[in-house]
Amino acid sequence: MPPLHFSTIAELSDALAAGKTTSVDLTRAVIARTQAVEERVKAFNSYDTADALAQAAASDARRAAGLSLGPLDGIPVGIKDVIAVTGQPLTASSKMLANFVSPYDATVTEKLRKAGAVIWGRLNLDEFAMGSSTENSAFHTTRNPYDLERVPGGSSGGSAAALAAGEAIATLGSDTGGSIRQPAALCNVVGLKPTYGLVSRYGLIAFASSLDQIGPFTRSVEDAAITLQAIAGHDERDSTSVRIEIPDYRAALRTKKGPWRIGIPREYFGEGLDPEVAAAVEKAVSFYEKMGCEIKNVSLPHTEYGVGVYYIIATAECSSNLSRYDGVRYGHRSADAKDIVDLYFKSRAEGFGPEVKRRIILGTYVLSSGYYDAYYLRAQKVRTLIRQDFLNAYDEVDAILTPTSPTPAFKRGAKADPLAMYLCDVYTIGVNLAGLPGISVPCGFSSGGLPIGMQLIGQPFKEADLLAIAHAYDSAHDWSRRTPNL
Amino acid sequence: MKYEAVIGLEVHVQIKTRSKMFTRVAAGYGHPANTLTDPVVLALPGVLPVMNKAALDAIIKAGLLLGCDIAPVCKWDRKNYFYPDSPKNYQISQYDQPICLNGSVEIELPGRARNIQGEHKKIALTRIHLEEDVGKLNHEAFDSLVDYNRAGTPLMEIVSEPVIKSAEEAYAYLTSLRATMIYGGISDCDMEKGQLRCDANISIRPVGETRLGTKVELKNLNSISFVRDGIAHEIKRQIAVVESGGVIVQETRDYDGMTGTSQSLRSKEMAHDYRYFPDPDLMPVKVDEAWKARIHAECPELPFAKQTRFQGDYSLPYTLTSVLVWDQALADYFEEAAKLAGPGKAQAVGNWIVNDLQRELGAANLDLADARVRPAHIAELVKLIDAGTLLSNAAKEVFVEMAATGEPPAAIVAKRGLAAAPTDTAELEQWCRDAIAANAKSVAEFQAGKESAINGLKGPIMKASKGKANPKLVDETLRRLLAGA
Repeated sequence: MPPLHFSTIAELSDALAAGKTTSVDLTRAVIARTQAVEERVKAFNSYDTADALAQAAASDARRAAGLSLGPLDGIPVGIKDVIAVTGQPLTASSKMLANFVSPYDATVTEKLRKAGAVIWGRLNLDEFAMGSSTENSAFHTTRNPYDLERVPGGSSGGSAAALAAGEAIATLGSDTGGSIRQPAALCNVVGLKPTYGLVSRYGLIAFASSLDQIGPFTRSVEDAAITLQAIAGHDERDSTSVRIEIPDYRAALRTKKGPWRIGIPREYFGEGLDPEVAAAVEKAVSFYEKMGCEIKNVSLPHTEYGVGVYYIIATAECSSNLSRYDGVRYGHRSADAKDIVDLYFKSRAEGFGPEVKRRIILGTYVLSSGYYDAYYLRAQKVRTLIRQDFLNAYDEVDAILTPTSPTPAFKRGAKADPLAMYLCDVYTIGVNLAGLPGISVPCGFSSGGLPIGMQLIGQPFKEADLLAIAHAYDSAHDWSRRTPNL
Repeated sequence: MKYEAVIGLEVHVQIKTRSKMFTRVAAGYGHPANTLTDPVVLALPGVLPVMNKAALDAIIKAGLLLGCDIAPVCKWDRKNYFYPDSPKNYQISQYDQPICLNGSVEIELPGRARNIQGEHKKIALTRIHLEEDVGKLNHEAFDSLVDYNRAGTPLMEIVSEPVIKSAEEAYAYLTSLRATMIYGGISDCDMEKGQLRCDANISIRPVGETRLGTKVELKNLNSISFVRDGIAHEIKRQIAVVESGGVIVQETRDYDGMTGTSQSLRSKEMAHDYRYFPDPDLMPVKVDEAWKARIHAECPELPFAKQTRFQGDYSLPYTLTSVLVWDQALADYFEEAAKLAGPGKAQAVGNWIVNDLQRELGAANLDLADARVRPAHIAELVKLIDAGTLLSNAAKEVFVEMAATGEPPAAIVAKRGLAAAPTDTAELEQWCRDAIAANAKSVAEFQAGKESAINGLKGPIMKASKGKANPKLVDETLRRLLAGA
């Protein structure tokens, strides 16, 4: 077994059950590792060791009393700093919320607590989850543990980097256009974006409400199944969460064995795709072929409109969602405002970073009287076509396999042009627009030693099948178990 | 030139629900500032709205009572604008798919006299939609303080077509609308508590012109009388502007009911772009036939229908019905008493309620629900009078005591010896004969055909009997004696 801080949930839950370790020891190991590497990785916005150790002690006491809550009991799980945890900061990596402490738990936080997890640390992100590199954090840029000069991806860069660096056993992120899958690919971890509506958004700071979804980062597909089990399910506090029976995801990894029909969309293998990424993904395709899967070419003809549609819908929703940050009730308030209008202008001008402002302005524009039909309404129509593309493909295949990111991790500062940065999500955005589940699984390394991930896209609410397909690959390879030299 | 006014009203009515529109925290009035709040009301980071179904029930009921078409699907939209009373800086409302369309409010215009029923008219509605109320700003010397207790309270916006012609019609419209809401249990419509608020869009045009004139929006009309006065004032103001060669500018004006004046708040150039779009946090709502049928079964009879029924079933005069039907509790009270009293006594019952009961309640500052006089008491009282056991003066005394003690009338009559004198005595006939003998003039007039002259004989009889003579018997005896004379 690897060191505690690099072990999987599956390994650790067995060790805890067998009395080979305790949650306090495990949590201490994670804290020690964090204190050793965090200065270089900068994955966290804050962490509370006393609080984590108290939760760990409570877990050990439960276990001693024979009241263990399951495989997550006693496991330290890091939380992206857009998900509410009672009594802990909730900053969205924004100056606007730098001093905000949440008075309530998000539904996923509550669910993790019910599963016994040790809620651990607040993880860095691009401000308000807007970005693909974590460079848009108002506090600091998180580094890629495989190359500290490179970005970990984003927006959930802190969640991916912390896990890759051994600073947590699993983490939660949120994914609006690829914010879980892209950093997972860049940091060599598994990242799952569930079907829209499977996991409650209550307590997730909204970026784009119709696209946002919370999901796990883990060291294996099996761990993703364990974590999803804990957080999925209808929540009466989120009207967009769906009432469905939640299957046993971990059991499905063993019961669902394929062979499957795997679709390869040619639109995802064109210009802009790094050859080493293409080669690694092709090898994964060969793996499935060899295990007896049927590989089929499928077409997603509206793919090229994805980025454009996304930046209309996401910005429109964010322009409204971020209106509440006005300096009136909480958050940053300008010290020298003359009147209420001045208070709004100055507080927001000082509190938001440039990318957030850019998107609020864009979103305000596309919703404006006279432009609504041409932009927002048109974008919603194209969104329907994009979803229909996927559903048509699923008449023929069980899942779709693509690269997660066109390139491995890029250097800090390399994408100063916002448009270049937006294109990082070209393969992940369609999944959000269509509301589908998508998972990024490590599938190799570049010649320079940078992680490469592949994306598997499933059918709505068929996470059990998607995880089983991903697990078939992941359990037959050791990519996801490799660790960086830090 | 002669001008006519064209008026449309936008009425906001708070729905009486236990919790707020999109969260579980209680809705209410008069609580310490910012105590009816939770993370959703305060729009903390990460919270989401969840629809209150009771508020939907209420607006569907309002729609059914007003004859609206209930949309099979309605949705929620965000109305975006920055103001400190709006915690999210957007208001969840319904933009292009409101739940209720069309329908009307039936009104009664003033009659030629107070006791004559006026003309009835239907004021067409455009729509009714549901939204959330905003908080309240309290402006202090150097600060403005925000109280979010009201924020998130379910609020209906009832929009009329521009078909109201006068301040009196607007007054009748609000009176009828308010009664409908109270009857339906939808709202208490207390304007002092902001449960009913009204904005008026007013324009004028020369009589005969079909195009609409430039409209002015009048705000802060915080009582039904102020609505009437404000509109009357605005119509006069617009006519004066036009007649002096001026032009009406599209603007919002603030009417001050205390001084009877108005001033401009903002012009059209400062109008907002609300950037409406469908709220992605909420699902559209499907209203099926079963839902509508369930609410339909809860719909009460409305005042005008009740009035027609009271006039028919109980042969009540307009003056009584026009008091009874506007207060559902009073109307129910009347019906209970009238049924207990039995056929032919409804008008007497109605008179006791409208005159004596209302007076006693007013004097004691009591609600009908707290009245010690119950419908059974009124029925018993009317029956005692009808049977001749109780005379009207004595009955008044009985009522006053009944109102004070809640004792049944028969017990009061027995206790205080107020029963009418025995009915067929020689003594009564003697009093009648004496009165006829002493009042030749009245006798002559009566016999010449002046019916009312008989009353001139009754006074002395009552005096002689110290008020205990049964008036019915006195009347019969007098007529018998006069016929034989």
